[in-house]
This record gives sequence, structure tokens and C-alpha cells, in this order.
Amino acid sequence: MKRVLLAHGDGGLYAAALIKDLFLRHFRHAELGRLSDAALLSPVDGRLAVTTDSFVVQPPFFPGGDIGKLSVCGTVNDLLAGGAQPLYLAVSFILEEGLLLDELEAVVVSLADTARSCGVEVVAGDTKVVPRGQADKLYITTTGIGRADERLLLGAEHVRPGDAVILSGTAGDHGIAVLSCRTGVSFQTQVVSDCAPLNGLIYAISPYFSSLRWLRDPTRGGVGATLNELAERAVLDIVLEEKSLPVRPEVRAAAELLGLDPLYLPNEGKMILVAKQEAAAEVCLALREHPLGREAEIIGHLERGTGSVWLRTVLGGTRGVEMPAGLPLPRIC
Amino acid sequence: MLSGIELAQAQQLLASIQKKLPGQLAIMEVCGTHTTAISKYGLRPLLEPLRLLSGPGCPVCVTAAGDLDRMIALAGAGCIVATFGDLLRVPGSKTSLEQEQADGADVRIVYSPLDALKIAANNRQRPVVFLGVGFETTAPAMALAVKQAKERGLTNFYLYSCLKTVVPALHALLAAPHGLDGLLLPGHVSSVIGRQAQDFVASLYGMPAAVVGFGERDILLGIAAVVRMIEEGKPGVINAYPRVVREEGNLLAQKLLAETFNIAAAEWRGFGVIPASGYVLKPEFAGHDAALLFDLPHGAVPQEQEACRCGDVLRGAIIPTECALFAGRCLPLTPLGPCMVSSEGACAAYYRYDRKKGVAPA
Repeated sequence: MKRVLLAHGDGGLYAAALIKDLFLRHFRHAELGRLSDAALLSPVDGRLAVTTDSFVVQPPFFPGGDIGKLSVCGTVNDLLAGGAQPLYLAVSFILEEGLLLDELEAVVVSLADTARSCGVEVVAGDTKVVPRGQADKLYITTTGIGRADERLLLGAEHVRPGDAVILSGTAGDHGIAVLSCRTGVSFQTQVVSDCAPLNGLIYAISPYFSSLRWLRDPTRGGVGATLNELAERAVLDIVLEEKSLPVRPEVRAAAELLGLDPLYLPNEGKMILVAKQEAAAEVCLALREHPLGREAEIIGHLERGTGSVWLRTVLGGTRGVEMPAGLPLPRIC
Repeated sequence: MLSGIELAQAQQLLASIQKKLPGQLAIMEVCGTHTTAISKYGLRPLLEPLRLLSGPGCPVCVTAAGDLDRMIALAGAGCIVATFGDLLRVPGSKTSLEQEQADGADVRIVYSPLDALKIAANNRQRPVVFLGVGFETTAPAMALAVKQAKERGLTNFYLYSCLKTVVPALHALLAAPHGLDGLLLPGHVSSVIGRQAQDFVASLYGMPAAVVGFGERDILLGIAAVVRMIEEGKPGVINAYPRVVREEGNLLAQKLLAETFNIAAAEWRGFGVIPASGYVLKPEFAGHDAALLFDLPHGAVPQEQEACRCGDVLRGAIIPTECALFAGRCLPLTPLGPCMVSSEGACAAYYRYDRKKGVAPA
């Protein structure tokens, strides 16, 4: 079994071999092949959007995905939530000495496949190796570049009372999938991560772009934390309907067992959309036409208030949905 | 979440309770999981004027300050400390496990004592202490871990037992003055000890009670049963959770507990020392008993931070919002008492779900 050596990061022959035999075999963009220090890209029409995100998920392989796929999804979805069409990625790897080269290759293949599948090109990259024990297998940072879509006018300042809150699918799948294979959690589950790039889904509803006011992918902190941020920024209340919140029964059961609330579990392939009230039903139906939006639901609405999130329970009681306070769930993405 | 039929049944129960309530009754949900569930389902405002009070059934909350200090001292003494996540932020008299962890202590969150056993197997040269906080529900898993450690020769695995048994606390609660009209008894604990072990609640103290499950319908079913007994003036201990709880309980779990632990006096927050209410390891497991083998701080520790009323909350004397510190100086990230930080703590539940008054418009 071949492993990553410290020499793979020294800029010499080993490093060159790693780039040529592994990275360039899977990342095919012409700019990468030039092996220069910076990628030169053609000008794009409109404003640029840039975002960056680091991925340290533990374990790096989990049901439904791996750190490579995740590092594309997270950044692509952030560009979308920012109102931009994703175009390019720069990818930076930090490798722990001793990582199996086969594992690294599996991650690289998954990253490259995911990028290709969603039409995003990897145009720049870097690799560093740190001594054993100073990282946990591998960490990835992806920087995404996109073109602002001028049809999307998004932001908490555009949200109005009466607007609908739509969730593009079930809550909490990624969190339970990762927790299920974490050392120390002895339970089995069939839940797989929802980890997916959402540009196909979002562009499938492009006829409704003028009806959207706010987008956000509810990753860390889940739907609960994400909507608390919106409520606070917009100084409006958000009222959720428990009966409309889509949660898989397996996720609900596992969350109950672990004492967690699916509202706060992270997602990696879901989008929260705030849409004008009159268009919300159509937006929701349009989302359901796409494979990644089949289980989309209108989960609540905004109303005048002071920046709080509420949940109307199935029995008609109303309770607060607080910002989560330090859940013991580190390194979920 | 409730299915269509269950929802209809729950709505019916709710309506029947609302119709029957004879003025202001006080019913205690003994178990912390019930407190949290009732808040999470938004039941409190729907059941007014019924006053639902929390009880001593949150294991982290009833852990005495001195025990917390000793557990925190273990973390500072170079042990790997394995614990349920709940304990991490609970304040001792000076510091917390979370602060010790930030200062370099090796504290690991596990979901089962058997996971702590795995840590011990993978770190044979280091002592691994599992912080045993819980009632009859969690105690059997800890008994199993200790037995396995002994069988497998994992001499570096230790239990620090703050495990407690619920029945003596019910006696302590009901023998003292209280303003309670009925009790909801803990479903999970009852699955181990059985319904009949709690008959004394009605026969000795004349208190109507029901063993209750944790869904919306379960809880409403239990409340309806207790309200009916109050109304008819016929106290009993009803099993409203028969799909899980048997008359005699789980005999295997009881046997495991009896083989592993002796019963001893234990200190409870809010109650002080209650005789015969704690589980301590039997002498044959002394080699795995952290309380015997580590040099831990002794001496009296004040029960609570000044002005913290966790003790009153745990006795059902007040509800969390009646504590002057609630949501002001005492917050989930900077708790002054354990009830604000444990996932089963009453103050945490009220802060999360019930703090904001007024119901959002339909």
C-alpha cells in the first residue's frame, strides 16, 4: 500500500510525480496542464462572485459521499446562495503523512467527478504535506468563482412579511449520515448524506428567479440556525409549521436516539428559499420537478416581529426555535 | 411525529383534558425527558391553567456540586475522561469539563459507556474514566461496561459512579411538604423497575400517578389519566405506557444492576443526602472504581452558586421562569446551574421553547 510521504510536499521529484500521476490525470483543465503559478481565465460577462470554504469532515468517507465531493458541493452551493452561477474552483489539499495514496485518489476522483457533473471547472490547485499527527488524513479548501446572476436580487434586506420559506428537501440527512460512522457512536442507520451540488436544481427554477428574495444552504447549525440568522438580520419573525417540515423517519429516529433535533442537523444538498407569497406554491412545484427537489415543502412564512423563529407544533402549540448553543458535533463538514 | 390517527387521538385527549380541568392543578413531570418533550411539543400553553412542574428526574441536574468538582478534577489529573455530552458545560464550583478541555484535558464525548470501553482498549497505557451519571435507564449499560472491562482485563477502565435510583427520591419528594396534585412517572426508568415498584406513590402518599411515554399522545394520555383520578378522588398508579413498561419491569436489567452495584446514600442537588439512593460498585469491581483509586478533592462544596434556584426547580417548588437568574445572568452558554445546560434540564427546555411569551398569530 503506497502512502503519502513528507517528500510528496517538498516541491521536488515526488511532488512532481504526485501532480502528474494523480492530480493531472483527473483534473483536465488546460490551465492546470500549463503548470504555471496562476490560472488565466477569460473575462466573464457581469460581476464576479468569490467564496471559499475549508473541509475537515471526520471521517473523510461517509455514507453518500466523501470529503472530495463535499468540498465541491459546499462551495458550489455557497455561490448559488450568493446569487451566482458557479464557474470555476481552486482546490487546496493538506495531506497527512501516511495517508494511503489510494484513499487520496478516491477523494480526487470523487471531487473531479462531482465538479464535472455540475459543470464547474477545477482551474487551480495546491498540495501540502504535514507530519503524521498534525492533520487527520486530509483537509481540503475550495475557492469558488462564479458569475453574479443579475436576475437574482437576494438578501435579508429584500425579505418581506408574508414571504414563504421553502426547504428543497428533507432536513438533517448529512448530519445523521456522518454521525452514524463517527467513532463513539454505536448505531447503524441506512441514512446517506444528501451531499449534492444544487446548481441543476436552482437553475431548473430560473423562470422564478424574480420571485426569490433570499437563498441559503443550511449547513452547520441546520435549518434552525440558518433561519435564526435571517430573522435577526431582517428583524422579522419566522413561523415554521412542524407538520410541513420534511424529515426522513430514519433521521427522526436516529436524532431522537442521540438527543438531537433535526432542525439543527447540518445538510449539504439542501437550499432554503424565501419566495414572494404569491409565487411560493409554483416555486415549490417547480422544485419538485427536479430529482434533488422532490421533497420540497413550504415550511413556513415571515411575519412582522422582532427577529425570532417559532414552530407551530402539530397539536397547535407554538414554541420558540432558538439559535443552537454549542452542540457537540464538531467537524461535520 | 404523529400519524393522522394519532394526531386525531391526541387532539381529542387535549380537548377532553381542557374541558375537565377543575381550576389550577399542579402535576409534576418527574422525568427531565418529559419536561423537554412537553416544552418541545408546545403543550404548556395549550394545557393552561394546569401547572406542569419539573422534578428530580434529570440526572445531570441532580448531580451534586461536589461530585461535579470531583469529575472535573479527574479530567485535570491526566485521565482520559469519557462522558455523555451533557456534562461538558455543567459548571462545577470553579470550572467545567469544557474549560478543562480547552486547557488541554483529554475529554471525549461518547454516546455509550461501551464506546468508552473501546477507548480504554485503544489506550492501554492511560487511565480512562467514564463519568457515570444517570438513573436505572443508563445504569445497566454502565454495569455491562464494568463487567466487560473486568472480563477483558481492561485494568485501565474506571467508572466514576454518580448513578442514582429514582424511588428514594420520590419518597423524599412526597414525604416533605409539597403542593402537588399528581405525578407523571418516568417511562424509561419504569421500563427497568416496573410499574408495581411505584405503587407506594398512591398507597402511601395518596398521590395519583401515571407511568408515561414520550410522544405527544403518550403524554396527553398520562395527564388525562391523572386528571381523571384527581377528579374522582381515587389515587392509583396507572400504566399509561404499557407497550414498553411491564408490571415487574426488566428483570434482566435488575439482575445486572444487583450483580454490579451496592446501594448507598447519595447526595442530590436540591434534596441533600438521600439514604439508599445511589449505586456504588461492589467490592469485586473495586479495581474499576474511580472513586476509590484516584485522589479526589473532599470536603463540603456549596450546593449551588449564590441565587441559583436549580434545587427549587428540581423539587417542583418553582418553574424555571420564576428564578431571578433565568435568561438574564444564567444562559445556555454561561449557565450558573445545571438545569440550564443539561439537554434534559428544565431551565434549558423553558429557555429554548417556552421563554417567549405570547403565541404567534395563526
